[in-house]
Amino acid sequence: MATTTRSKPLVELEAATVRFCGDSGDGMQLAGTQLTNTSALAGNDIATFPDFPAEIRAPRGTKAGVSGFQIRFANSEIFTPGDSVDALVAMNPAALVTNLVDLVPGGILIVNKDAFDEKGMAQAGYVTDPLEDGSLDGYQLFPVEMTRLTRLAVEGLGLGTKESDRCRNFYAMGLVFWLYDRSLEPTHRYIDAKFGKMPAVAEANRRALHAGYNYGETTDAMASQYKVEKADLEPGLYRNITGNQALAWGLVAAAQRSGCELFLGSYPITPASDILHELVRHKAFGVRTFQAEDEIAAVTSAIGAAFGGAMGVTTSSGPGIALKGEAIGLAVMTELPLIVINVQRGGPSTGLPTKTEQADLLQAMFGRNGECPLPVVAANSPADCFYAAFDAWRIAVKHMTPVMLLTDGYIANGAEPWKVPDVDALPRFEVKHPEANGDGPFRPYARDEWLARPWAIPGTPGLMHRIGGLEKQDITGNVNYEPGNHEHMVNLRARKVALVADDIPLQEVDGPASGKLLVISWGGTYGACRTGVRQARKRGGDVAHTHLRFLNPFPKNLGDIIRSYDKVLVPELNRGQLRMLLRAEFLVDAIGLNKIQGKPFAVREVLEKIEQVLQS
Amino acid sequence: MSTETALPVLTPGDFASDQEVRWCPGCGDYSILAQMKKVLPEIGVAPENTVFVSGIGCSSRFPYYVNTYGIHSIHGRAPAVASGLKIARPELSVWVITGDGDALSIGGNHLMHCIRRNLNINIILFNNRIYGLTKGQYSPTSLLGQVTKSTPGGAIDNPLHPLSVAIGCEATFVARSIDVNIKHLAATLKRAAQHVGTSFVEVYQNCNVFNDGAFEYATGRDVKADRTLELEHGKPLIFGKNRDKGIRLNGMTPEVVELGKGISDDDLLFHDERAPEPTLAYLLSRMSYPEFPEPIGVFRDIDKPRYEEVLSSQIDAAKQRSKGDLKTLFESGETWTVS
Ligand SMILES: Cc1ncc(C[n+]2csc(CCOP(=O)(O)OP(=O)(O)O)c2C)c(N)n1
Ligand code: SF4
Ligand SMILES: [Mg+2]
Repeated sequence: MATTTRSKPLVELEAATVRFCGDSGDGMQLAGTQLTNTSALAGNDIATFPDFPAEIRAPRGTKAGVSGFQIRFANSEIFTPGDSVDALVAMNPAALVTNLVDLVPGGILIVNKDAFDEKGMAQAGYVTDPLEDGSLDGYQLFPVEMTRLTRLAVEGLGLGTKESDRCRNFYAMGLVFWLYDRSLEPTHRYIDAKFGKMPAVAEANRRALHAGYNYGETTDAMASQYKVEKADLEPGLYRNITGNQALAWGLVAAAQRSGCELFLGSYPITPASDILHELVRHKAFGVRTFQAEDEIAAVTSAIGAAFGGAMGVTTSSGPGIALKGEAIGLAVMTELPLIVINVQRGGPSTGLPTKTEQADLLQAMFGRNGECPLPVVAANSPADCFYAAFDAWRIAVKHMTPVMLLTDGYIANGAEPWKVPDVDALPRFEVKHPEANGDGPFRPYARDEWLARPWAIPGTPGLMHRIGGLEKQDITGNVNYEPGNHEHMVNLRARKVALVADDIPLQEVDGPASGKLLVISWGGTYGACRTGVRQARKRGGDVAHTHLRFLNPFPKNLGDIIRSYDKVLVPELNRGQLRMLLRAEFLVDAIGLNKIQGKPFAVREVLEKIEQVLQS
Repeated sequence: MSTETALPVLTPGDFASDQEVRWCPGCGDYSILAQMKKVLPEIGVAPENTVFVSGIGCSSRFPYYVNTYGIHSIHGRAPAVASGLKIARPELSVWVITGDGDALSIGGNHLMHCIRRNLNINIILFNNRIYGLTKGQYSPTSLLGQVTKSTPGGAIDNPLHPLSVAIGCEATFVARSIDVNIKHLAATLKRAAQHVGTSFVEVYQNCNVFNDGAFEYATGRDVKADRTLELEHGKPLIFGKNRDKGIRLNGMTPEVVELGKGISDDDLLFHDERAPEPTLAYLLSRMSYPEFPEPIGVFRDIDKPRYEEVLSSQIDAAKQRSKGDLKTLFESGETWTVS
């Protein structure tokens, strides 16, 4: 299907970053996903960054309606989807004007020429036609009549203009696939699976794809093709996975490996809903999902399920977590295992629903009434969400506590290759429910060496007990208002969470074990920080990196690590929340690198800050 | 099951907990607790398979006083906690104990959705028309003009009628009883337990501290026969000390008529718990003192699919189609091998 004879020179590249952008109705997410899958199948390492508008149907052609999908594919291991773009595909003037800043000088710029009519240009704020006025001279500009050529390609299939135009993304894909010497096979399989029942549409998409491909091959417009060879990845079976999907699968797997049934109580919210969408598909694993009437019902139903012995999970984003606060306190008081997942987005309030941010760390730590500690775990990349789910559940059941698991919109929607794990090698942990042993009354608040109480569940004769949000007497679990008991219980709950530090791995450092500068990061900024620190070291900088999975409690050796460096830099997509915690805990005068634009860090930004700190 | 195993005979004592009951002396809650403890052994579910879930309020202390499993949760959320539990463990017998504020104010949303899903849960709402625990503010069922701590000039918002709300949500079982009418209360609780689907029971409950005598009009020895009407399936609506008054429909409007004088039982409205449409039940739920006697008993008892059963059957069907295998899941879709 792909080219047999090559007519143009093939240039080898180590990596390439491509971004498709257009109207939210233009199918850019699909185009990006197809290029992602195809590149992954070709053996590249990949990282993606889908970026879509908050409005589902912003007026056509407006800047508010621009949707983009960026993918970087490389012949070596990469951690980010790239700071800047080597090839930009812009389907209309609004997409061009909003995305051009990220295109490298001299970069490839493919635009749909047909969309550059007066109305389109006016909507984007262009006074003169950028395709004609010389303003794009610094790029390799390819204006392609995509609308007209797509319509021509699908002629005779009985499609209306609107339906024909809907195939334009396949035309654009075809062209990019030619440019990067990619196989059309995976996209053919996709078309067959997706449109098999609509033969005319399937055929139209196929034709558009080929028309785009052939445009590159046969017209004189494009002089060369590019090729990114296979990456040298660890051997094994791979698949592409997004953060939300990995998280859902991690939950399913952790439930299986602990012998629990998974219950999800959830209320839809961007960017967390895909976890619900994914989990509803896994009824064959016994997964019970409950789309509740609101976030409060979502978390309280999960608490009810947890009381019944299920793996209770609730998923949301910041605004929903705010609503769950009181109930999370109930889970802390009743000492039931529960996973609360926050796929963070820009806040406060409704904020930036489709954009990423890390501004809910302090909410996770302190966003409840009373002294209400719980373990906080953060995932660092799309595939890592799978393992973060395991960590959260292991801590929740072993320590009988709700656990907050933080991800963010960037890693939730982003994708990367995931080495499929050997199922038998996945952690297995036993969950125990006690039986009556006949020695006196049951003590629901008796504790084991981790200060965890027994998880006795309804249906067990002889262990009937009542729990609730009122302060408990230790051991008996009876309601108790005595001043001394309250202080004892507050301290005990804090100690219980602190003890988790003995049950998590020691913190590791990438780079020298001591020196001038330590970069500490957490969550979805892993890729940018790891890459930035390594680049700085390559350029001679004395800098190390440590990335936190466990934010509460901190790993036991974190203080020692921090004290081994002259300075500490904490890059975060917030105003310095981890920095505040580190300062409070370790009295360290940490420096912040803070970005609050709804966008991930560029590697360049981290690198520049590191060099600036090293020089100061 | 082919063999019948004799269940050990349970007594109210089997359901009594060791906790000291902390309601005010004379509170109507005691009576409801006593009837519940009387009814539970008759239902035949073992204490370990029974769970009481409550929200917050005087009424919501209830779970501490029965020796079953229990959760005293947070204000208004008991139906949601109970829903999660029932979905995870459909075989358990789950009760929700709630108050008028708990169920209809802060928890109105959960109540509505629990009812519409028709989970097999029994919801008992202790209606004292006041916030008891917080010491006497008006509640969503307080009457217009009711003077309370927070409405010294009289309540100015229209009350909710709990049964009308439940029927509006198309509850499959709706009933009302009265704390002091103990035989009727026990029978009503038992019917609620027997119904498969969400059972919603409003119990008129006297808060003798903050709203004493709120239901005196319906419970007073001399007046109750004239001011309440005991519903019986298939029977005409007759009430009064001498059973000489009835309810007749005039078009869509009920009216009180005197029997005799040319009006016979056959002219009256006949009660039909099983009417598929909720219209009749709703009309009955609108009848209130002083214009009408207030109906007590079962307003509606119909059969509809239960959420947890349908979900379980979907899960069973999915398990039939494919066994949940992680390796198969991980390797589904496009994969590639790096060697
Ligand atoms: C979130 C929250 N808001 C307010 C309260 C205070 N509060 C406790 S019970 C209650 C009202 C209880 O009234 P009702 O449900 O009628 O129960 P009763 O005490 O009358 O049985 C209120 C307002 C609370 N516990 N939690
Ligand atoms: S305040 Fe009223 S409802 Fe509460 S226990 Fe006392 S009498 Fe009962
Ligand atoms: Mg009340």
